[in-house]
Amino acid sequence: MDFSFNQEQTLLRESVKKLVEKDYGFEARHALLKSDEGFSRAMWKSFAELGWTAIPFSEADGGLGGSPVDTMIVLEELGKGLVLEPFFATVIFAGGCLRRASASVKAKYLSPLINGELLSAVAYAEQDSRFDLFHVGTTAKKDGAGFSLDGKKIAVIAGSAADMLVVSARTSGGVRDKTGVTLFAVDAKSAGVTRTSYRTVDGLRACDVTLQGVKVSADNVIGKEGEGFALLDAVSDEAIIALGAEAMGIMEVLYKSTVAYTKERKQFGVPIGSFQVLQHRMVDQFMEYEQARSMVYWATMMLHKGTGVAKAASALKVQLGKSGRMIGQAAIKNHGGMAMTEELPVSHFFKRMTMIDLMLGNADYHLDRFRTLG
Amino acid sequence: MDLEFSKEELAFRDEVRSFAQQKLPAEIREKVDQGRPLTKEDQVRWQKLLADKGWIAPNWPLQWGGTGWTPTQMYLFDDELGAAGAPPVIPFGLKMVGPVIYTFGSEEQKQRFLPDIVSSNVWWCQGYSEPGSGSDLASLSTRAVRDGDHYVVNGIKAWTTLAQHADWIFCLVRTDPNAKKQQGISFLLIDMKSPGVTVHPVITMEGDHEVNETHFEDVRVPVANRIGEENQGWTYAKYLLTHERTSIANVGAIKRTFARVKREAAKVTSGDGTLLDSPVFARKLADVAIQITALEYTMLRILSQVARGGAPGAESSLLKVRGTEIQQSITELLMEAGGYYSMPFVAEHGKAIGPEFTARAAANYFNYRKVTIYGGSSEVQKNIMSKAVLGL
Repeated sequence: MDFSFNQEQTLLRESVKKLVEKDYGFEARHALLKSDEGFSRAMWKSFAELGWTAIPFSEADGGLGGSPVDTMIVLEELGKGLVLEPFFATVIFAGGCLRRASASVKAKYLSPLINGELLSAVAYAEQDSRFDLFHVGTTAKKDGAGFSLDGKKIAVIAGSAADMLVVSARTSGGVRDKTGVTLFAVDAKSAGVTRTSYRTVDGLRACDVTLQGVKVSADNVIGKEGEGFALLDAVSDEAIIALGAEAMGIMEVLYKSTVAYTKERKQFGVPIGSFQVLQHRMVDQFMEYEQARSMVYWATMMLHKGTGVAKAASALKVQLGKSGRMIGQAAIKNHGGMAMTEELPVSHFFKRMTMIDLMLGNADYHLDRFRTLG
Repeated sequence: MDLEFSKEELAFRDEVRSFAQQKLPAEIREKVDQGRPLTKEDQVRWQKLLADKGWIAPNWPLQWGGTGWTPTQMYLFDDELGAAGAPPVIPFGLKMVGPVIYTFGSEEQKQRFLPDIVSSNVWWCQGYSEPGSGSDLASLSTRAVRDGDHYVVNGIKAWTTLAQHADWIFCLVRTDPNAKKQQGISFLLIDMKSPGVTVHPVITMEGDHEVNETHFEDVRVPVANRIGEENQGWTYAKYLLTHERTSIANVGAIKRTFARVKREAAKVTSGDGTLLDSPVFARKLADVAIQITALEYTMLRILSQVARGGAPGAESSLLKVRGTEIQQSITELLMEAGGYYSMPFVAEHGKAIGPEFTARAAANYFNYRKVTIYGGSSEVQKNIMSKAVLGL
């Protein structure tokens, strides 16, 4: 039983931290937010050069063979900077799907992804699916040697900049069947793919994707035909655990910056941090943060062991929803009116934390899933 | 990072587990499971079994009966016994005054008091709170006036848990009324048989006699029964409070009680199925299960820090706050599971009117309101964390 980090992990943390502190100040981030793509391709190149985009992938696949703990460290530090580059969408989520693909799909998409030359996103959610990954109305009909895809996907985070979309589509069964879903690697520029882009509340870019008679070769099936839900479900659990690491970084900033602010801000002639009502609210933030951190560590190590991952991911997601909301709301409340503005970083952290609850199923959804997993 | 215990640690855990399986009397385990109060005989019987094995005072120095276990072994020991349904030891001697005596007491005091604590031949109780001094403990006003080789003690100690069984009481008393409040306090050991000591039962809302008021009227206490220096008692008391806090969240016991709630709920009819099929109740259970996991791994993180040579800081306050809140949630769930059968007032350990588990369901719900009040209330813990962790 040991919750400490080894030397390489400490170095990895230092390297991410250094980049975030140096190149990801509030002003620099703000400029990126307003830019066309909403992130920096040059920055992405640096991530790849530093080897971060290769961490979760096996050496056989051309990656660094990192452990879930390594991934956790990177995401925690990226979280502290509210980094806008699509690390989660591309490396964790799409990369998680590609890791399970055939050698030919890997050669075509995973290798360039690891090298930082390919951006990807997962298009799974639909208008009526809510958080159910198996609810798929998009269809993939056999078309010669390949497939033809029709349907609409929504809220594809980082989808606008993606070169390739991982798309879930139904090859058999009814809309809510757990079998019959297949995952496809779809070139984003394929004929019949239309993307409608928008900004999300936390400043990321997302899009809705319409697929009309999109031709996809049979070689581009990820995993086995009809078994896409199980694959996506497993990737989603991994992704939730990685998201937990990002949330951990965000929550730390939220609660610590609140404490720091209340030591400076004076009202009635004294720092507002001297008031017990505010102090206890910040202690509650601290306690929520520590418990969330414990859950992230636990879930990360369950993933490492490869047992009980689904339950751990759901338990973690419940904790993140609850702790994130408490910590974020308290941060705004204790900062007072200033926190309502765009000018203070705290509002940006709060918005990102709020969005994390909605990603891959909110706390309510996962409480129910946790219950049914027995 | 590594979630696993070492092979040696696992072997140790198995040893504790099989000890509990073989030695814990079934009738005691049953009472613990049903949340019934233990008699003095039950308690002493179990503690003597632990003492025979040499496991009654694991954190003590070796020469006084300690084990030399690592912090991890200590944790596994508590956790396993809790998980086996063993009652926690009565803390007043073993976890409170014992450590104060071996840390601050004289050689003579150690010889005189420690062996009887280890053998459970002497029952201790705690004389800290007073009717006018709760969370503001240092405002206490029980007076001890020096008269030759004795102190003459007058005052009232409140919430003296199980004082009705006690042979001795350790007390904080004011020896210098003119000093600033923390500085005029001394730590005295008082024989309950001393003339002038009277114990007055206080019946709590569930009908139990667990706590008392202990009155002192011109009680003569030998100066030799004072721990350490006169007027330095607060220092010793603070040391003791830290001991009290770190031993307060037993995840093993919490998990066992929680499993029992699930088991009982599975037998309660609700609608066309059981209470477990009720989405609302089942979600409450799931929510508490997740809270227990968060507590467990927070505890293990602190343990890992201690095992690597760090000190458990104010984080142990977090364990106290969360551990007690979760315990309360569990008593709430069990009472809710009882439905109508949680209504009968089954004071004095009488029989259940409905299913066995309902006998103490409401009683323990009421009784457990105490846990966020005693041992430093949740609010006091938050003040501690605010100062020590957040630097406010």
